[in-house]
Amino acid sequence: MTLSMLYGEPRVITVGAQVLGEALDRQAVPRREVDWRPPLPGASAALARVLADPRRESANATAVGRMLSARPMLTGVRPAREVLGLGAGEFFHAGPPITWERASGPMRGALTGAMLFEGLAATPEEAEERLASGAGITLDSCHHHRTVGPMAGVVSPSMWMLEVADAEHGGTAYCSLNEGLGKVLRYGAYGPEVIERLRWMGEVLGPVLAAALERCGPLDLRTLIAQALQMGDELHNRNRAATSLLVREIAPAIVEAAPDRAAEVLRFINGNDHFFLNAGMAAAKVSADAARGVPGSSLVVAMARNGTDFGIQVSGLGDRWFTGPAGVPDGLYLGGYGPDDANPDIGDSTITETAGLGGFAMAAAPAIVRFVGGEVSDAVAATTSMYEITLAEHPAYQIPGLGFRGTPAGIDVALVARTGLLPVVNTGIAGRIAGTGQVGAGLVSPPSGAFTAALDALCDA
Amino acid sequence: MNDLVEVRPGVYRDSVTLMRVSRALTERPGVAVAVVAMATELNLGLARDLGFAVPSATPGDLLVAVRAGSPAELEDAAAELERQLAARAQASGTRGEAPPRTTRAAARAFDASLALVSVPGEHAFAEALDAVEAGLSVMIFSDNVPVEQEILLKDLARARGVLVMGPDCGTAVVGGAGLGFANVLRPGPVGVVAASGTGAQQVTSLLDLAGVGVSHVLGVGGRDLSAAVGGRSAVQALRALDDDPATELIVLVSKPPAPEVARAVRDLDLTTPVVAALLGPGQDDLTTAAEKVLRALGRDVPEWPSWPAPARDGAAEPGRALRGLYAGGTLCAEAALVAGAGGFTDFGDDSYTRGRAHPMIDPALRLEALRGVASGVVLMDVVLGHGADPDPSSWLAPAIRDAVARGVDVVVAVVGTDGDPQGLRAQAARLNDAGAAVFTSNAAAARHARHLAGG
Repeated sequence: MTLSMLYGEPRVITVGAQVLGEALDRQAVPRREVDWRPPLPGASAALARVLADPRRESANATAVGRMLSARPMLTGVRPAREVLGLGAGEFFHAGPPITWERASGPMRGALTGAMLFEGLAATPEEAEERLASGAGITLDSCHHHRTVGPMAGVVSPSMWMLEVADAEHGGTAYCSLNEGLGKVLRYGAYGPEVIERLRWMGEVLGPVLAAALERCGPLDLRTLIAQALQMGDELHNRNRAATSLLVREIAPAIVEAAPDRAAEVLRFINGNDHFFLNAGMAAAKVSADAARGVPGSSLVVAMARNGTDFGIQVSGLGDRWFTGPAGVPDGLYLGGYGPDDANPDIGDSTITETAGLGGFAMAAAPAIVRFVGGEVSDAVAATTSMYEITLAEHPAYQIPGLGFRGTPAGIDVALVARTGLLPVVNTGIAGRIAGTGQVGAGLVSPPSGAFTAALDALCDA
Repeated sequence: MNDLVEVRPGVYRDSVTLMRVSRALTERPGVAVAVVAMATELNLGLARDLGFAVPSATPGDLLVAVRAGSPAELEDAAAELERQLAARAQASGTRGEAPPRTTRAAARAFDASLALVSVPGEHAFAEALDAVEAGLSVMIFSDNVPVEQEILLKDLARARGVLVMGPDCGTAVVGGAGLGFANVLRPGPVGVVAASGTGAQQVTSLLDLAGVGVSHVLGVGGRDLSAAVGGRSAVQALRALDDDPATELIVLVSKPPAPEVARAVRDLDLTTPVVAALLGPGQDDLTTAAEKVLRALGRDVPEWPSWPAPARDGAAEPGRALRGLYAGGTLCAEAALVAGAGGFTDFGDDSYTRGRAHPMIDPALRLEALRGVASGVVLMDVVLGHGADPDPSSWLAPAIRDAVARGVDVVVAVVGTDGDPQGLRAQAARLNDAGAAVFTSNAAAARHARHLAGG
């Protein structure tokens, strides 16, 4: 056999004792030193078993390959009742499954609002009473139904859903329509203006968008997201470019489809820089779902929070959730709000980070570097550190400031355990008390225990 | 008492680096004891035994425990600690971008030809696997790596056309680069495949003293030729050297392999001649093997340099105790075989290195053992080269002087070359000045020690 290292100049990667690296420096041997640290506490034994799994390398290549080759297309807008089979009293919510008893303020607030919106209760008190009794009420996780929802992520039968299809692998995913900022249901607000807006979205916005999409045909979200990244969005806390691009694509069709409603619809979309977020989430969901169910793969296919628990799902581990307590985001606060007003982390929008966007694409969004420490270099550091825990670089989602390098995509549970580096998650911050709404935005760290628990489970999978 | 005890969560430095920091603190005026170490059970216990009030911590945290004579001296030590830790951190983070955190990430960013892994044994598998999966050969210096992980790595490496050197591979020379504990050897026609690090160092150092250099030295790890591992890496390394036009003769340095492994190696059908230096009862010693190599190459066998100690009354009387205090495992085994009697300790054995640096870097345990010998003969090795102690005679010579003053005869085998950074002849002269008989051949040293012990 020919052993390539015997020929040509030796170039060495050193990991471990510094003295051995320094000995190479004295010989003027080119080298790169690994800044090694011990793995997450208690993860050593499981790591050895998971890494030794002969299926792992190719399983991960298959899984992340499917995620990165997905071609999400916005195909339609339809009522949840029709596409998700939701009946009266059935609600989906963000994050891993949760009961009313364990639900946080904003989650309870959003469920209360959904009860009012669906006409299942006349007053918030009555709604809470029925939700607490559980009679005729069914709660389930959005993720169990090909769906994602931002913040509380509550989906009720009368809401209209964005439908995103994967033209590569054939999957479909759904996300509700974005309500805008301030007092909105997803942040746990349920006042009359919230319910009124939801009615208008169901009666006007949804049907008009549906008709417009029928006219202009499916929208290629992969291309749109790739363009938005080059225009300064990271697609989680900044969606201004993506929303603008969406409007440009769809505005003529809106005008044609509903000339008398077009102005109010376009004004609503234009008034909300985050309108695209929900479409991006559905695109990320359908991409991540394409990577599910590969035996032996340690790829994360969902990260989601319900306001109480932070949970992840892993390709090789079916639909099981691995959870830890949701942390309180570290962030910037609106008006007079402060950290004491913040609810623990909530929402399915971490599906963007799961697919290589959001915090992972922070280096693409210099306009919002205040969230990560204030300097552009902090944003670059956040993104580059994520290459340590991801399996690939996205072929289409590129970052101009990093020489058009693809975003870090495809979180590997084993790499998280080895490096102790947790996914960088950008997020909005909901008020702790039901009915408050949004109080800020910032960064949050997932609980490391969710990753070590998944690693343990991979030993037996 | 003026104690400083603290735990720094998540701060990591390797054990050799921390040993250097501890030593630097101990050298400050008034510092009685300094433990700067990762907070493993072992190190926490050590600090508790020293009377420190140790808080709870995990192995991922840094433990600092310093005791000084006065508050001012403690303050001075604390300042020195910060200087030391900052200097070490800076050394690793001088580049603009954040350094890679795994071998996998490093391999993506750096066009490497191989990886050198020396993290604690239980974590070595992940890093080595990264290298092999990235298509790189890897030297695993770490010991305490489970054998099933070794087999898995070697099978994967064979499939990818790369070589796994180790685990517990102490030395290698690849393309002129000395890896791990490596002597500075002149380039030449001899390729070495070694399941024994210090054995290979002895053979190649003697060849270098005779003017013969090496093409490559490929370590394969001490277990490679066992029945369990089946010579997986040795076979690959032999084939690779056979294929290398710069290699005219191959030396295989190992303990005698398991019979079926010996057969597999013999059946390889190589075109390059192979000289086996197999250590064990009835086999040639390493010096004889080196001499065989020289003859096979048509070279003269020189007189191996040695520095005798002045003869003393009472030497060579029958019944004197012989103690072997070794850092090199193969050297220790060879000396025990040649001497035939005496108590030999290999301080490089896994049981002595768990949680602390190798005796070729950290002399503390051997020094303590030497100080404990009251009479008789002591036989030791000093291995020079890259990675090893930069000046072993600085601590060993005073201890030898004390031992000789107690009536102990000290015999030292110095394994090294004229090119080694420590300087073979300078080190040998200083040890000899202190009263030790010094040899470049370990076998000759052992014979001399046997003679002094009256054997």
